Amino acid sequence: MLKAEGLAAFRGERLVFRDLSFAVSPGQALVLAGPNGSGKSTLLRLLAGLGRAAAGRLLWDGQDALADRGAHAGRVACVGHLDAIKPGLTVAENLTFAAGLEPASPGSGLVAAALQALGLTDLADLPARMLSAGQKRRLALSRLALTTAPLWLLDEPTLGLDTASIGRFGGVLAAHRDRGGIVIAATHIPLPLADVKELRLA
Amino acid sequence: MTRFRAILVRELRLSLRHGADTLGALLFFLLAASLFPLAIGPAPETLGRIAPGIIWVCALLAALLPLDRLFGADLEDGSLDQLLLCGLPAAAIAGAKAIAHWLVTGLPLLLAAAPVAVMLRLPEDAVPALLLGLLPGTLLLSLLGTTGAAIVLGARRGGVLLPLLVLPLTTPVLIFGVAAADAASGGLSARPHLLLLAAMLAAALPLCPLAAGAALRGAAE
Repeated sequence: MLKAEGLAAFRGERLVFRDLSFAVSPGQALVLAGPNGSGKSTLLRLLAGLGRAAAGRLLWDGQDALADRGAHAGRVACVGHLDAIKPGLTVAENLTFAAGLEPASPGSGLVAAALQALGLTDLADLPARMLSAGQKRRLALSRLALTTAPLWLLDEPTLGLDTASIGRFGGVLAAHRDRGGIVIAATHIPLPLADVKELRLA
Repeated sequence: MTRFRAILVRELRLSLRHGADTLGALLFFLLAASLFPLAIGPAPETLGRIAPGIIWVCALLAALLPLDRLFGADLEDGSLDQLLLCGLPAAAIAGAKAIAHWLVTGLPLLLAAAPVAVMLRLPEDAVPALLLGLLPGTLLLSLLGTTGAAIVLGARRGGVLLPLLVLPLTTPVLIFGVAAADAASGGLSARPHLLLLAAMLAAALPLCPLAAGAALRGAAE
């Protein structure tokens, strides 16, 4: 259960949002909507523990989530608007590194399964610099299939994806929610998510 | 620990893939040191006298070269956020980067210093002292350089700022490193200078990653 109480954040000198309160229960999905510059990415970074809240509290199961950032990082899987891909490494190497950053080191079969989940198996040995923008996005999203973190924070996750990939990604999201995971996504395009709550940022 | 190793392995693998960048620092060191005999003249007694200073200054400048990409690439492509979200303290991430920098830049410089010392006619007795000084010395350069790279991260013109920040911090390392080799070539004991270098390393080992980690957190915000 993730609960925000009266959050406010600055970007530079500007107050982007204030008095933001919401709660998300396990299995739920929250979509952040709002025009460009309304603070969706700022809020996601704050929820990940990367940004700093000017006011308010973030609670995870009733405890202050940001008191121990290391512990909070273990709960969070984040795909930002940058893909975080190393062009010099192959697709499989990029993903193996992401798997190595997981607290409980997953088996090698999991990397293959994650490649499979986003349809990247055929590209596994290709250097990531050869990938198209959409393929890079799929590689970034396939990291989600490796993680056991309950809270997924996604910034425009389907940008540049084709219809088939959006469908596959929808399957990954649904499986995560069935396990009791939380999805919080900022987007302008409808996501392959059923039964979502919307939080509108002005 | 597995995550720490994963970061280290990735850094080393990326350095191997970008071989030209990795060799750049070493080649700069060799070239810059070779310029001195051409500029000063080949007289062995002059060269041998200033050889420790040449080697130390060239190593110092060469170690600076890869620093602006140390965290810069990770910040630009979003990898830094993923590293900070892996659950390791930011200081451990900075520590892994510093070790990677030493293995890829510091260690080759240390190995190349011996042939360069012979080329510059450094007296034979002084070569071990020079290398013994460079061992903690290159480690210190990596630690201080990593800290500087983390602090200027995200700043405009960070590449210009970086040497201005790191070079003053490295002056004590330079002074005692050169003094060790000079003492040995003068027939004195290099031990006090080497011990001082080791003491600086003992202080920098915990402090530099802590400072760099705090700077990384600040850059991500």
